Amino acid sequence: MHVVVCIKHILDPEMPPASFRIAEDGRSPVEAGLPRAIGPFDQNALEVALKLKDARPETTVTVLTAGPAEANEALRKALALNADRAVRVDLERLPGPDSATVAALLAAAIRRLEPAPDLVLVGRQSGDWDQGVVGPVLAEKLGAAIVGLGYAAEPADGGVIITRQVDDGIEKVRPKRAAVVTVTNHESNVLRLPKLKDVVAAHRKPIDVIPAAELGVPLDEPLVEAVSLSIPQREAHCEFLEGEPEEMAAALAERIRRWLSA
Amino acid sequence: MPDVYVLIFAPGGAAARAALEPLGAGRALAEGLGGKLAGVVVGAGAEEVAAEARRRADAVIHVTGDHLRAYEADAFTAAAEHALKGRDAAAVLTLADAVGREVAPRLAARLGGSPLTEVSGAQVEDGRPVFTRPVFGGKAVAKLVGRRAPVVVTVKAGAFEAPAESGAEAPLETIQAPAVEPAVEVLAREAAPAAGVPLDAAPVVVSGGRGVGGPEPFQKELKELAEALGGAVGASLAAVDAGWVPQSYQVGQTGTAVAPTVYIAVGISGASQHLAGISGAKHVVAINKDKDAPIFRVAEVGLVGEWKPIVDALIRAVKAGK
Repeated sequence: MHVVVCIKHILDPEMPPASFRIAEDGRSPVEAGLPRAIGPFDQNALEVALKLKDARPETTVTVLTAGPAEANEALRKALALNADRAVRVDLERLPGPDSATVAALLAAAIRRLEPAPDLVLVGRQSGDWDQGVVGPVLAEKLGAAIVGLGYAAEPADGGVIITRQVDDGIEKVRPKRAAVVTVTNHESNVLRLPKLKDVVAAHRKPIDVIPAAELGVPLDEPLVEAVSLSIPQREAHCEFLEGEPEEMAAALAERIRRWLSA
Repeated sequence: MPDVYVLIFAPGGAAARAALEPLGAGRALAEGLGGKLAGVVVGAGAEEVAAEARRRADAVIHVTGDHLRAYEADAFTAAAEHALKGRDAAAVLTLADAVGREVAPRLAARLGGSPLTEVSGAQVEDGRPVFTRPVFGGKAVAKLVGRRAPVVVTVKAGAFEAPAESGAEAPLETIQAPAVEPAVEVLAREAAPAAGVPLDAAPVVVSGGRGVGGPEPFQKELKELAEALGGAVGASLAAVDAGWVPQSYQVGQTGTAVAPTVYIAVGISGASQHLAGISGAKHVVAINKDKDAPIFRVAEVGLVGEWKPIVDALIRAVKAGK
């Protein structure tokens, strides 16, 4: 089975809010010099693929990203975790949330892969602009089935069974053709840590680079644009209650009663 | 006319509780654009949902067909496309639930429009619809526009109120959707254990984070406090990732956005993505042993200390005051 995992190298979501600043254009973040990471849900997607490979070692895992050379760092992390191949669509960082263009580029790159993938995994949303659009639009462009909010996959007679969240519970589904799964977080798919020797070895593994211009996708016609970006102001006055737990609790209970009866 | 359409998915005749809320956003946009507001109800046997929509929109299209009894992504996407193709839509809105997230971006691609997701604000500026939503894990708020109509937009639950009934009944058009071969076979379905009060409708939410140390407090102290206050139990992403509670408990940007009268955060440090999910709370209380935790920057009342003695005392105080 051939599994493709699409990952994005994003501004590290764990960075302190105070480090987040808005660029002079007023509609994009300052990116230079800030730490980056693989998107949190893309990490979950990668773990789902690696678990398939644990279960069936003959599974091939290809990691794919669209981004500048710096994004090789994300691909190397995946290679260090035993992904078999890494492909980067060479793309200048886009100024805004142009997910449809990214999805079109990824679809074009996936169509070039041999053999054609049976399964494409992508985080439910990127963790930066968080549009959650790449997965569904990829399915549309590839003519693949879509399975939203999957969190686990198991091999099953030639195909794959996906466990996913639905609004009132969980579902086990079997796609009847190649499928794109948008992956959500679950205790079972927290990304594993690499072994040190594999981190070193990953630096010698090749990364295939495809220039974005070769893929026949217009790059200057974003469907979605940010008009502005602002940092939410939160009022900062917190009243700290003092005393022993019993005293604090009594004061708080009184206040809660007042709030609820207002 | 630049009209606004609201998709209401009703597989098996039933729609999600918040499915009519996007009509509230749609009404504001339709007025700003000078167009009409139409509801598109997708699902077999959804006559009652269509009737609900007719009391709130200017027109309603009910898309039906035997294959629309249970939700299936391809069938519902094709049905929505069938209903909207060739209509002059400026915007198409739907609830950002599991169905909306799967269908809306693909529908945008099929209609040649622009996908936008999880918006919590919608208004008309300079004659075009502009949407707001948190981005970068809640560290920023973006104003976004689509460059090609229609914008196909998912709307965060709880961000808008469904409009009041107009007292009139809008005209109804019923159409049959073409049958579609399902691309996915459902092998098994397991309903989530029935929660007491749903998170997004609870007047009080008591949430636990990494600081509560394990799964037990969610079944014991936090649950007891929530029940004493007539509320629901929530959790941070960290607690969900640790496997202490299922994802359905998660409060935050990628979990449930809550808007209770009182939100009590226990052992939650207050990552931006968590704060983005509680911005609708009227009063925020934080209980944390680290007085520098970011949660205290949004809390109205803070209690610094070990969570357990405080919560135990609070349960007693609440019960004593009844």
